[in-house]
Order: sequence, then structure tokens, then C-alpha cells
Amino acid sequence: MSPRILAATVARILRQLRHDKRTVALLVAVPTVLLTLIYYMYADQPAPPGQPSTFDRIALVMLGFFPFIIMFLVTSIAMLRERTTGTLERLLTTPLAKTDLLFGYGIAFGLAGAVQAGIASAVAYWVFGLQTAGSSALVIMIAALNAVLAVALGLLCSAFARTEFQAVQFMPVVVAPQLLLCGLFVPRDEMAGWLQAISDVLPLSYAVEALQEVGAHAEPTGTMWRDVAIVAGAAVLALVLAAATLRRRSG
Amino acid sequence: MDDAIAVRGLVVDRGRRRVLHGIDATVPRGSVTGLLGPSGSGKTTLMRAIVGVQVISAGTVTVLGAAAGSPPLRHRVGYLTQAPSVYADLTVRENARYFAALHGRDRSEADRAVADVGLASAAGQLVGTLSGGQRSRASLACALVGKPELIVLDEPTVGQDPVLRADLWARFHALAATGTTLLVSSHVMDEAARCDRLLLIREGRLIADDTPAAVRAAAGVDDLDEAFLRLIRASQPDQSGQAR
Repeated sequence: MSPRILAATVARILRQLRHDKRTVALLVAVPTVLLTLIYYMYADQPAPPGQPSTFDRIALVMLGFFPFIIMFLVTSIAMLRERTTGTLERLLTTPLAKTDLLFGYGIAFGLAGAVQAGIASAVAYWVFGLQTAGSSALVIMIAALNAVLAVALGLLCSAFARTEFQAVQFMPVVVAPQLLLCGLFVPRDEMAGWLQAISDVLPLSYAVEALQEVGAHAEPTGTMWRDVAIVAGAAVLALVLAAATLRRRSG
Repeated sequence: MDDAIAVRGLVVDRGRRRVLHGIDATVPRGSVTGLLGPSGSGKTTLMRAIVGVQVISAGTVTVLGAAAGSPPLRHRVGYLTQAPSVYADLTVRENARYFAALHGRDRSEADRAVADVGLASAAGQLVGTLSGGQRSRASLACALVGKPELIVLDEPTVGQDPVLRADLWARFHALAATGTTLLVSSHVMDEAARCDRLLLIREGRLIADDTPAAVRAAAGVDDLDEAFLRLIRASQPDQSGQAR
């Protein structure tokens, strides 16, 4: 890896994003629109005694989930475009290392995800009065980490897609089970054992647990930091696997 | 060591189909070598093997004294893919600057490469809004910007107007005069005459590796198109009577 090439690659990816104004607008607006829906869905639901309101519980998880699903899709398509337009083949004949490209995407879209999470969090806290015991900065950090995880998984999955149709099919395969089993719908410790076992190996479960820790505790907890480390480790593992599946030579 | 490219017994299979059947060829340094042949003859596959992105079944490809695709060569070889491989959502200048940065070149060198392919006036335009010919020149600028010692160009002049085509060929020869080696593929025979040497390829087999003059002499005709036809017939005596 070379810092110069990595920096040039991050700048190039962000520049591409900047030229696509509609995508930027969607990245910024969609989480806010969805949060608004969630707010009014649960506006009249009474809060269980002694527990956070339903909106607080769901919105907190969604702040982590939106960057995850959106950055997964954006990355899958961006990497597939690199393959189908021939830019990937050309890049692989240049001094660029495979990790320069993959970490370049991780950093660039991770930054985009952080901005997205920051805006969505600002709306959730200031407009909809989201209450968390812990700091909003920790919520944004975990959401941004989720974006990096999604980018890494998107890069890995795009290696197994030959067409856009295949690439978007990976979204329900990779994202939906993680959302269903992350503990939002049914608490993880109330699930059947085999479902818990699956949940235990899905990185989003740890991101959601970390967010719930921030929601419930004023100070960062040991569990939260352990969960953050697990999510970061999963992201690095996915990037390394993505580098291993990226071949300079093809048939 | 005088050859920029030395290909020995190169066999490439794609799926179950054999695309290259044991190619032996050399490309001398500081020359413009044309890789001529019809569409589907294996030109692109041979070029991909030379830049080191093609899985090969047998044989060796030596480029600038090293195995094709080895890491040190990535600073020394420029590759233009057949379809323009530039980012449609970046401007011409931004594309050139990115590829310049990969090769450790600065912004002024990127701007010069853009000007060299005649795109100075369109430098601020998004590549996606360019015409096909402009887009392939933008791609060419990105292949030249690293100032490589070997430049492999897959059909760089397709869709260019005749004046621009002449300009580009003049530029290729100017680069060769400074010691750069160029391998340029084309399926247009009138471009063959502009090359110092020719590699004629058909159905994955090399049927000539010589200067244009020698190819003409071997076939006994002045017209290179006709010469190519005769060489094909001579290489396939069993099919020489069939109309194709």
C-alpha cells in the first residue's frame, strides 16, 4: 500500500460522488424521510413503563442501519462498475495495490456514511427529540463504523456478481438476515438457540448491541467497546477477503 | 535484451476454446509495432497477456526483461483497453490527474497528456458527456500520462476523424523516437503501413512478424490488405480455394 496512491484513490471516489448530485441528495435526504415515517408510526404508541419510548428504541437502531444498507448498495454497484467498464482491469496494470483500491473505497464511502449518519442523528435528536443516555457522538461513531463494514461487505460480495442484477440480489441475502436477527424485532436472548447462533456470527448484531448500550448507559461500557472492536474486526476481515478474491489475472 | 516484448509458445484458453495457439513473437524497443488482424483473432487476448492480466495456459511472456505483469513493470507499462476505461462521472482532467497520481506524476503532466490527445478544450467536461471518439482519447491520455517505457494500445484510433488519426500516429512515432516502445492493435489495414513492424494474427495464430515492406515482398503485392489475404491463404493451403 502507498499513502500517496491511497489518498489519490479516496479523492477520486469522493470526486465521483460529488459530481453525482442526485446521489448526494438521496444519501442526505433518505434517512431523514424514513426517520420521519418512523416518528409518526410510533407517535401514539405508549412507552412501556420504565423503558425508552418505542421511537427511541427503533430510531437508535435505524441510525446504525441506514448507513449499513445504503453504503452496501452504493459500494456493490460502484465496484461492479469498475469491473464492467474496464477501469478495474486498467487499474490492476498500474502501481496501485489491491488494498489501495479496497481501503480507498472503505475510507471514501466510510466518510460519506459518517456525514450521512451525522445528518440523520442531528435530525433524530433535534427534530424528533431522540433520547439516549449516552453521547450522540458515540451513536455517530458506531453508525460510521457500520458504513465502513457495509463498504467492506459490498466490496467482497461484488466479487461474486457479474451483472448489476446479481449485485442487487446480494442486498437481501447479506442485509436482510442481519436486520431480522440483530435483536430489533425479537431480543437476541429470547430467540431459539440456533437463531442466536446465527445472530452471534452476524456483525450487525454487535453494532446494534453497541448502539443499545449507548442508549442505556451514560458512559461508554466495556460491552460497547468490545462490540465496536468486533465490528471493526469484521470490516477489516471482509476487506482482506475482498483483496484475496480480487485477481490481477483473469481468464 | 534488445526486445521490449518477447513471447514464446504462448497458449491461452478461454473456457474450452483455445484463443491463442502457441504464439512466438518479438517487439523491438523504440518502435511502433502494429498488431493487425480481424475482430476475434486474439489481438486483445495477446495484449492482455503482455500487460499481465490474462491467465495463460502455456508459454512465457517477457516484457522489458521481466515476466509480464510482475510488480516492477506496473510503473513501466501503459495499457489502453479497447473499450474506453475512464470514469464517466469525472472530468477528462480529473481522470488524467488520477492516473497521473497512480504513476507518481504531477498535475501539469496530466494536463499535458490531455492536451497531447487534443482534448485541452474539453478538459473540464465530464467524460460521460463526450463523444465516443473523445472518450477514447481521454482514455488514451490516461495510458500516456505515466510516461511508460512500453505502451500497449488496443485499437486507439477507432472512431477518430482522419486528421486526428494522423495526429495520433505522428505522436506515436514521436514517442518511439524518444525510445518508447508502442504496440498498437488495429483491424484497419491502412494503419498497418504506418507501423515500423507488423504482427499479423488470425484465429489465434501469428501469420507474419515483419516490416510492412517485407510483408509486401513476401506476398508479392503492394497493397497490405491484399498481402494479408495472400498470407492467410498461404498459411492454410487446404482452404485456399474456398471463398470466405
